[in-house]
Amino acid sequence: MPKHSFILNGKRVHVDCPNDVRVLWVLRDILNVHGPKYGCGLDVCKACTSHINGKAFNPCSVMISDIKPEDEITTIEGLADTVGKALHPMQEAWLENDVAQCGYCQPGQIMTAVAKVKQARAEGRKIGDMDFDEIRNICRCGTYHRIREAILAGAKKM
Amino acid sequence: MTVTLPPGPTDPVAPDDAGRGTSRRRFLGFLVAGPTLVAASQIAVETAAPTPAAANVPTGPEPGDLYDLGQLQVLATKATSNLITVEVHKDNTVSFALPRAEVGQGITTTMAMLIADEMDISIDRVHVTLSKARPEYQFNQLTGGSNSVRSLYAPVRHAAAIARKRMVDTAAARWRVDASTLTVTDGVIRARDGRSATYGSLTKAAATSRPLPMTAELKPTDHLKLVGKSHNRIDAHEIVTGRKKFAMDHVVPDALPTMVCRPPTIKGTVKRVHNRAAVLKMPGITDVVTISTGVAVRGRTFGQCIDAVRALKVSWADGPVGRKSDADILAELHKNEVPLAVPDVSPLAKTIDLSFTFAFASNSPLETGTAIADVRAKSAEVWSCLKAPIVAQQRIAEKVGLPMDAVTVHVVQGGGSFGRHLFHDTALEAAEISKKLRKPVKLMWHRTDDFRQGRVHPMATSRIRATVQGDNVFTYEQRHTSVSTDFDHGFGDLVSSFAGTLPGFNFLGLAQTVFELSQNMPYEYGMTDQVLDEVDMDFVTGSMRNIYSPDVTTARELMTDRLAKEMGLDPHKFRRKFLKDDRAIAVLDKVAKVGNWGRKMPHGTAQGIALHAEYKGFCATLVEIDCRTHTVKRKIRDAFTGPRVTKAVTVVDVGLPINPRGLEAQMMGGMMDGIALALTSSLHLRDGHFLEGSWDNYWYTRQWNVPPTLKVIVMPQTSNQPGGAGELGVAAAKAAVACAYTRATGKMPTKFPINHDEPLGFQPLPTTPSIPQSPTDGLRYAY
Repeated sequence: MPKHSFILNGKRVHVDCPNDVRVLWVLRDILNVHGPKYGCGLDVCKACTSHINGKAFNPCSVMISDIKPEDEITTIEGLADTVGKALHPMQEAWLENDVAQCGYCQPGQIMTAVAKVKQARAEGRKIGDMDFDEIRNICRCGTYHRIREAILAGAKKM
Repeated sequence: MTVTLPPGPTDPVAPDDAGRGTSRRRFLGFLVAGPTLVAASQIAVETAAPTPAAANVPTGPEPGDLYDLGQLQVLATKATSNLITVEVHKDNTVSFALPRAEVGQGITTTMAMLIADEMDISIDRVHVTLSKARPEYQFNQLTGGSNSVRSLYAPVRHAAAIARKRMVDTAAARWRVDASTLTVTDGVIRARDGRSATYGSLTKAAATSRPLPMTAELKPTDHLKLVGKSHNRIDAHEIVTGRKKFAMDHVVPDALPTMVCRPPTIKGTVKRVHNRAAVLKMPGITDVVTISTGVAVRGRTFGQCIDAVRALKVSWADGPVGRKSDADILAELHKNEVPLAVPDVSPLAKTIDLSFTFAFASNSPLETGTAIADVRAKSAEVWSCLKAPIVAQQRIAEKVGLPMDAVTVHVVQGGGSFGRHLFHDTALEAAEISKKLRKPVKLMWHRTDDFRQGRVHPMATSRIRATVQGDNVFTYEQRHTSVSTDFDHGFGDLVSSFAGTLPGFNFLGLAQTVFELSQNMPYEYGMTDQVLDEVDMDFVTGSMRNIYSPDVTTARELMTDRLAKEMGLDPHKFRRKFLKDDRAIAVLDKVAKVGNWGRKMPHGTAQGIALHAEYKGFCATLVEIDCRTHTVKRKIRDAFTGPRVTKAVTVVDVGLPINPRGLEAQMMGGMMDGIALALTSSLHLRDGHFLEGSWDNYWYTRQWNVPPTLKVIVMPQTSNQPGGAGELGVAAAKAAVACAYTRATGKMPTKFPINHDEPLGFQPLPTTPSIPQSPTDGLRYAY
């Protein structure tokens, strides 16, 4: 069986599985990393949003064979380590704003939020309504308003 | 056993201490035998509902005004309130196995607040877990009808108060001092002379070897430190770090990923599987087996299960809905509509008729149906998010041929529900597969199946006839004709068992009883009649958040705006004039003030205002909507944009708000649901299946539909009893959006959501294979 290796939350991991298995199932079913959630498997709901080399992506829609050994994948479990703290400022903002209801989409929402703030910054802008309207993550509990408030608060501390 | 807690005049569990802050009520509880202290609640058992008081108002009270569905539920839970227990542990923590499901509504946080407050212990020392199915709970392990706080508020406080009292008495006896001289702070009891002991250190001494009745007093409300003040969710940290466990995150040895290949029509059945052997050879696949709902595959990863489901070649028999489409169902509903009565009013009165259609909709929680099952020869164990786990346990036992007590059903945290988890469809299916394979399985529904084969909110029509003359409304008749709603999940049993105690309900069917007990009429519209007629067409339906009310209320509020127009009155002023209840007027006035009702708006935009009363609470919503072409036609990839709600304000009065921040969250969610149901989200039935198969087909509210300005105001306490909150926000929001849309465009929609009959905004996924393949180009979109 093909062997794959990459860096997951700062640590090198090795996996034996067919090339076309999507990264989401490698994370969840083989490596038991459960932060990224399944909500559709179609790159639509964005519940599995994680980072690859610092950019947001959806592991449900990437084959494991497309991940290179030097690629660094960060899931919600490894987000705080990227800033060397117990919690990332975006996670803190999520707590302060009591964003979550059921919580199922929130790991993906937070990973999206961090990438969106970085993206706006890279383009020399502050994050705002236009950026929020581009966020595709579903929250079926309807926490969207608090998500917007938390992103603004988290961005200030990032 | 003497009962010292008399029921209140309308609500049998009223501990009448709240609100005034001074009167203290002694009640009876007891200690459960065991090695550590376990304190239980014991509340009066009512055998019949209170008789409605005679009322003499222009509109006679609707049944739901006098005695609502929630009171029926509270009554049904009373016989088992002695099973509500809190336990004190040696490590100075307190635990409560909650006989309800947590699906995001925040009930675990609310319960922890009540216990911490009553016991004087820090909330992080209170651990609320979800109880496994325990048949002895009878009707007291059912999560629905926005009823958990209403039915648990008293018994949980009682159990906690008994525990505190026993702890203090134990310390007093040990130190030979009067208990009244002791104080408690964060679980530490202190004497005047400086001696102190934690609850944990005393729990063994406080325990009893036989059940022991004891009395205690509830704290006066003004001594409560947490109740009434905002508290963040107790599981928030686990959520933001990705550690909160949902069904799919539980690791049960050898419970491998399992999925089901489902039929191309609703409830279709397997005739023949043509390539089982070939699919069994696919990478990672361990099993392929035909079950009552399709063909199950089990494998190493869900990704490989998706491949296997797609590879299966199956011949199917059509389900009972056959190849019907929306138009067939609507025609069938129209055929069953009972004509509206000709009101016996003055010939000078004007009759106004309005008629609306509400499309099928999906409750679709983000976590799709998931269950783990391990069925052995003599026992079975199941894990799933279940709002009626006792019924699940019973049905699973029947299905796998085991006695009920050999089946353990664990209730796990749910990733949303919106009514879906009242049913145990996934748990039952997982048990069937596990039994057939003699192996543990972790079953997950694909998203596409969740939309197409999952429970739906039924299509309905709502017709209203009102008569009006001068500044009076003489009659109001509303006939709601709906595809049947399935209540076969325990809630039905509860209603059938207890509704017989209510005057006038003996001859009503189950759904009609639910309808009558949940629908009330907040306005004085003279002779009022609201009736449900159901047509059973064998769909897979269920109660979606707020059941009938979002549709019924939207129709009523549009009629209300129409009547206001007839009288030449502003919608706010008209409602004010006709509302019966001061609490309703208060929320309406507040929302008008905060929302700046009546401000001048550009052409193509407008405000809408609406009111809803249910669960002993009141909710008013004001929205502003933008229906101008440049907004409606704004382009976002693979999105339905449409009119945008630019501002939404909700004012809510639940009587006694326990956690205002959690209540606000429920209202916000309700507003997002209301916006979706009015403008964007529905299921289209075509050729026997629903076309929607993805979140980019089923347009639940997305960020681009969210009002940039949104506000929720929680009214100060108006009652001694907490009302229900989980579903309260949906109906007023949906109605307010409908009213605003009508005012902005000058055209009243007759179909909801308003885009349902527009050309489809997406290419439907095929039905064979039954589920789509995951994309492979995800890295291209990394940002």
